[in-house]
Amino acid sequence: MKKKMTTVTFAGTPEQELKLDAVIAKYGKDEGAIMRILQDAQEIYGYLPIEVQRMISIKTGVPLAEIYGVATFYSQFSLNPKGKVAISVCLGTACYVKGAGPVMEKICEILGVQPGETSADGKFSVDATRCLGACGLAPVITINEDVYGKLQPKDVKDILAKY
Amino acid sequence: MKLSELAAIKEKMKGVVAIREGKKSEDQVRAHVLICGGTGCTSSNSVKISDLMKEELVKAGIADEVKVVLTGCFGLCALGPIMIVYPEGIFYSAVKIEDVPEIVAEHLVKGNPVERLLYTDELTGEHVHSLMDTRFYKSQHRVALRNCGAIDPENIEEYIAKDGYAALAKAITEMTPQGVIDTMKESGLRGRGGGGFPTGNKWQFAANSVSDKKYVVCNGDEGDPGAFMDRSILEGDPHAVIEAMAIAGYAIGADEGYVYVRAEYPIAVRRLQKAIDQAREYGLLGKDIFGTGFNFDMHIRLGAGAFVCGEETALLTSIEGKRGEPRPRPPFPAVKGLFGQPTIINNVETYANVPQIILKGVEWFTSMGTEKSKGTKVFALGGKITNTGLVEVPMGTTLRTVIEEIGGGIPHGKKFKAAQTGGPSGGCIPAHLIDTPIDYDNLIAIGSMMGSGGLIVMDETDCMVDIAKFFLEFTVDESCGKCTPCRTGTMRLLELLEKITEGNGELEDIDRLEELCEYIKSASLCGLGQTAPNPVLSTLRYFRDEYVAHVKDKKCPAGVCKKLLNYYIDADKCKGCTACARKCPVGAISGKVKEAHTIDTTKCIKCGACIATCKFNAIYKG
Repeated sequence: MKKKMTTVTFAGTPEQELKLDAVIAKYGKDEGAIMRILQDAQEIYGYLPIEVQRMISIKTGVPLAEIYGVATFYSQFSLNPKGKVAISVCLGTACYVKGAGPVMEKICEILGVQPGETSADGKFSVDATRCLGACGLAPVITINEDVYGKLQPKDVKDILAKY
Repeated sequence: MKLSELAAIKEKMKGVVAIREGKKSEDQVRAHVLICGGTGCTSSNSVKISDLMKEELVKAGIADEVKVVLTGCFGLCALGPIMIVYPEGIFYSAVKIEDVPEIVAEHLVKGNPVERLLYTDELTGEHVHSLMDTRFYKSQHRVALRNCGAIDPENIEEYIAKDGYAALAKAITEMTPQGVIDTMKESGLRGRGGGGFPTGNKWQFAANSVSDKKYVVCNGDEGDPGAFMDRSILEGDPHAVIEAMAIAGYAIGADEGYVYVRAEYPIAVRRLQKAIDQAREYGLLGKDIFGTGFNFDMHIRLGAGAFVCGEETALLTSIEGKRGEPRPRPPFPAVKGLFGQPTIINNVETYANVPQIILKGVEWFTSMGTEKSKGTKVFALGGKITNTGLVEVPMGTTLRTVIEEIGGGIPHGKKFKAAQTGGPSGGCIPAHLIDTPIDYDNLIAIGSMMGSGGLIVMDETDCMVDIAKFFLEFTVDESCGKCTPCRTGTMRLLELLEKITEGNGELEDIDRLEELCEYIKSASLCGLGQTAPNPVLSTLRYFRDEYVAHVKDKKCPAGVCKKLLNYYIDADKCKGCTACARKCPVGAISGKVKEAHTIDTTKCIKCGACIATCKFNAIYKG
């Protein structure tokens, strides 16, 4: 899967770094700790910029290439900061046959972004996800913690207006 | 924990079981309200409904008499949120927050069920009082899902009340490890995650491997888009998986287990962690279980969104914290698996069957199913079907029973066209094969596969070429890139399909598709690549005429592929308001005011702006 590097300047705080140190101390010696460290680091920073990956590499002694390899392999890890309003459109099979494609197109058209991108003002980000498992509500999108089901493209505008 | 303590908990919880079996309770609690807390129903506010219910019960002064329980998935997701009130077993569907005060005041205080919220049978138009009487449930047989929707998954004592951990007790106090393995072999249980490998044989291989450290792994990386049975089991009955893994540990001589779960399943992860903590607290995980000297403990590892990690060797590398790439087999994980040690990997649903087989015996299990596929299978029914949800049927049940009877048929009077099983690794079953009994071997014979059990129903408005393209987009995205046939081959397949759906296909492209599919199947490293061409091959097998229509006539018979559609104006409906003509960015629409307009299809760029503008539904695609 292709992943774009961010152009946003990294702005990590010392508090965040302290939290990261605690995470590394917690998992450090466990076999297979890197994925768990990255998962927690993404919780702390919201994404995994190269600066954070480099810090993890220095603190754990694991080569940066290996960390970058893991970070770019899994779709859950994001090298870009997410928008304040994170939209996920389910493109699982059940949602797809029920018209998730046109819903996605409408969202992208309104926000002027492509799937996987964050809008220029940093407010909205749009991602395609594989099956949220709420197939009874297909097609489904989630916006931050909110779930919207049984959608049609014409519903999108009003929903986005709430944010 | 001792055996006597387990029995004591079961005795203590007898009243809880009784009330849910419709018997009057002797203690103060006279009714139970079970509300679905699965992912589907939670998305439609079931947790808020549960909270409000508790508040209303306090207001009505009957909080001590009625117990509210948030359960796992009942299965009928299309009608969620679902609520069942015991001892009567009254089944309310599509409950809204506003309905809660009425249910409390009318049903729980006065004892009159709220008729308007009862489920209505579509055929007879009559209200159905009990969930078990709905056509959705009648043909089902719940083994793996037996506790989903029946117990509080966050309370280990409710699981124990329903014979929980009795199978573990039986296995480690009464049976030898080899005895457990023999039982699994005789039961004929096959892996429910896709391949259908006999579970007992897998355990035997791992038991035969000599090592002082072995692992038991549970594959909960349910990546097939449209399948959610494993998630529902983890959400609704997490202890069944824990118990089964401990039994497996005893059988092969392992003392440590890992459950690999998708991070996209937060509710499942939370409940499983809580269940593991409780099992430890009760001494059902840890050291010296039931005083036998048997030790077993387990951990959760979260996936991070990679479909290939459902493949067993990729899953193991991912638990080791690396890129989840598969590796060639042999050596099989039973010989050299997690951290280089002998390991068994079974899927969530497979494990959920294990305690039942140990308790109820081989004869009971083999009485269900077909000759080579024993037991039941859970399917996630989705797509163009009335009763979306989770169903469990004996192996050998026909597709017709699942779709027409349990699933309630296709909505909006549309015609059934095909059912897709096995997700991106499977294929489409066309309408003329609807009477095929579903089991592992029959599905392979007709060019599909069981897969994890996703079953997506499609109607006449779905284009089979587009569906094949959808799955290829998925595989191209999820191919790990390690081997060339999969990485490059699937990309080329997708390009051919795009060419065809965009109207640039030639007849030779269909042959090229077939040839390339065979190469990818035979040369790819792991299951992902080997099965990736299946959606193309099976749609080619049964819907070749649709491919030909795309290529030769440049038409999409189902009306899905955008580039092959033309836009027309229905002269009878058009009022001549000129709105569309003003909106058209290329000036393809012409006509006089108050007269029917027409679209010049040679100029039209098929942007759809006119359809969105027309207030009279006069513009159509064809």
